[in-house]
Amino acid sequence: MLIKTIFAGFGGQGVLSMGLNLAEAAMLEGKNVTFLPSYGVEVRGGTANCTVAVSDEEIASPVASAPEFVVAMNQPSLVRFQNQVQSGGVLFYNASLVNPQNPRGDIELVGVPAGEIAEKLDSPKSANMVMLGAFARKTNIVSMDTVAEVLSTILKNKAKLVSINKKALKAGYDLF
Amino acid sequence: MDGNSAVGEAAIRAGCQCYFGYPITPQNELTEYMATHLSRRKGCSFIQAESEISAINMVFGASAVGARSMTSSSSPGMSLKQEGISYLASCELPAVIVNMSRGGPGLGTISAAQSDYFQSTRGGGHGDYRTIVLAPSSVQELADLTHRAFDLADKYRIPVIILGDGMLGQMQEPVDFRHEAPAELPVRSDALRGARGRPSKIVRTCTSNTSEMEELNWSLYRRYQLIEKKETAFETFLVDDAELIVVAFGIAARIAKGAIKSARANGLKVGLARPITLWPFPSGRIKELAATAKCLLVFEMNMGQMLEDVQLALQGQGEVFFYGRPGGVIPTPSEVLRVISRHYYQRGLKKGK
Repeated sequence: MLIKTIFAGFGGQGVLSMGLNLAEAAMLEGKNVTFLPSYGVEVRGGTANCTVAVSDEEIASPVASAPEFVVAMNQPSLVRFQNQVQSGGVLFYNASLVNPQNPRGDIELVGVPAGEIAEKLDSPKSANMVMLGAFARKTNIVSMDTVAEVLSTILKNKAKLVSINKKALKAGYDLF
Repeated sequence: MDGNSAVGEAAIRAGCQCYFGYPITPQNELTEYMATHLSRRKGCSFIQAESEISAINMVFGASAVGARSMTSSSSPGMSLKQEGISYLASCELPAVIVNMSRGGPGLGTISAAQSDYFQSTRGGGHGDYRTIVLAPSSVQELADLTHRAFDLADKYRIPVIILGDGMLGQMQEPVDFRHEAPAELPVRSDALRGARGRPSKIVRTCTSNTSEMEELNWSLYRRYQLIEKKETAFETFLVDDAELIVVAFGIAARIAKGAIKSARANGLKVGLARPITLWPFPSGRIKELAATAKCLLVFEMNMGQMLEDVQLALQGQGEVFFYGRPGGVIPTPSEVLRVISRHYYQRGLKKGK
């Protein structure tokens, strides 16, 4: 089964990290994966997105026509990608920043107040991990344990960040 | 691993001793990888040059003394390297040159495009020369072809260009490296390492003797003929019963493959032909396929450059359609599927399993 997800938001919100974490977790679980980043020339403030494809078979195109899942971390991303989601797919949005107007009736909308939850945990930068936790719970593409394991590998020299980010992941995961 | 880093690791494992580069998106991860990993290796050299022009000329110098050397850039930077590539070709020096191309012309976008096909396959620089051009379509193949590029460059004493694009360079996929870095490489017999015990040799590109220059051209031409005969590489997917065959290279072939899988699910008999070497171009195979299928659809992320090689291969025999998206826009598989379906039905091709 081939599942494609687009993560999108402002540069600096950690949307590429979310995608990379999912891709590496799926790879560790023995799946075929591709991770395709797309961003502007700006370091921060521009828009960034990435497409992650996970499959049991060889992945032909790393580009998604109609992804099963979209994660929108800001309003422009919601506007840009909400009409691309496959009918029957799921649109995750960061309810702290995004207001879904005129939502489509043929997809499921999942609002995650990622910004607020991350602020409550005293780490506003980890809103992406709150969202990733919620995403992992709802989609079951990869197990939460693998996502946490990848986090430890990526941040292997920064033990403090690992615990902060794991807390954020768990907070998102426990929402549903 | 991202494609750029995979090229770096594969190059080191192929025994690359010298890397010279000048930063440009979307290939910076390669320069960064070499800065971190190649500079640490014994007897190896990493230099961030002051420009693309000096980087290619550093490659010239390193290659003349027998080091396996590489440079990389993206489209506008490749334009600057063309004079150096012509000089390398003239002096019969091996080199590996990576182009993670972007949308052009001019400074262009930083997104992926395939608009450097002409520049790569038609020489780019001045003079009657060819370069081998390899067009990988996955991170794994980037790694494999990087290794192969060094071997081909040494075998034929020719510059080899790896033509990727911004997408291939920056996307991440799992990759296996099949070779370990060699402890020591044999020294090329033509390397300038001192003239003890032999007459002195000169590497030069300038002569006032026209017959000498003609002889060089003939000698290069004979080598190019040999390369055309021996090194042409090609891949096909579901072509045996195909009514319509998509011809695409590099990352466009991946997008096309996604579209072809959906077309097959709808009962359209569509296949894929993917040239892996853009020069030498697999003209013979294209001609064979055009004889078995009803028509070909050339799909590129440019306005129709490889299309000309396909048309040359067919010499007016066979029907060819074209679809292209230039400038760095990434077409989606469903977009390509619509184009396939349109031609399929308009042409009245038969559906099947």
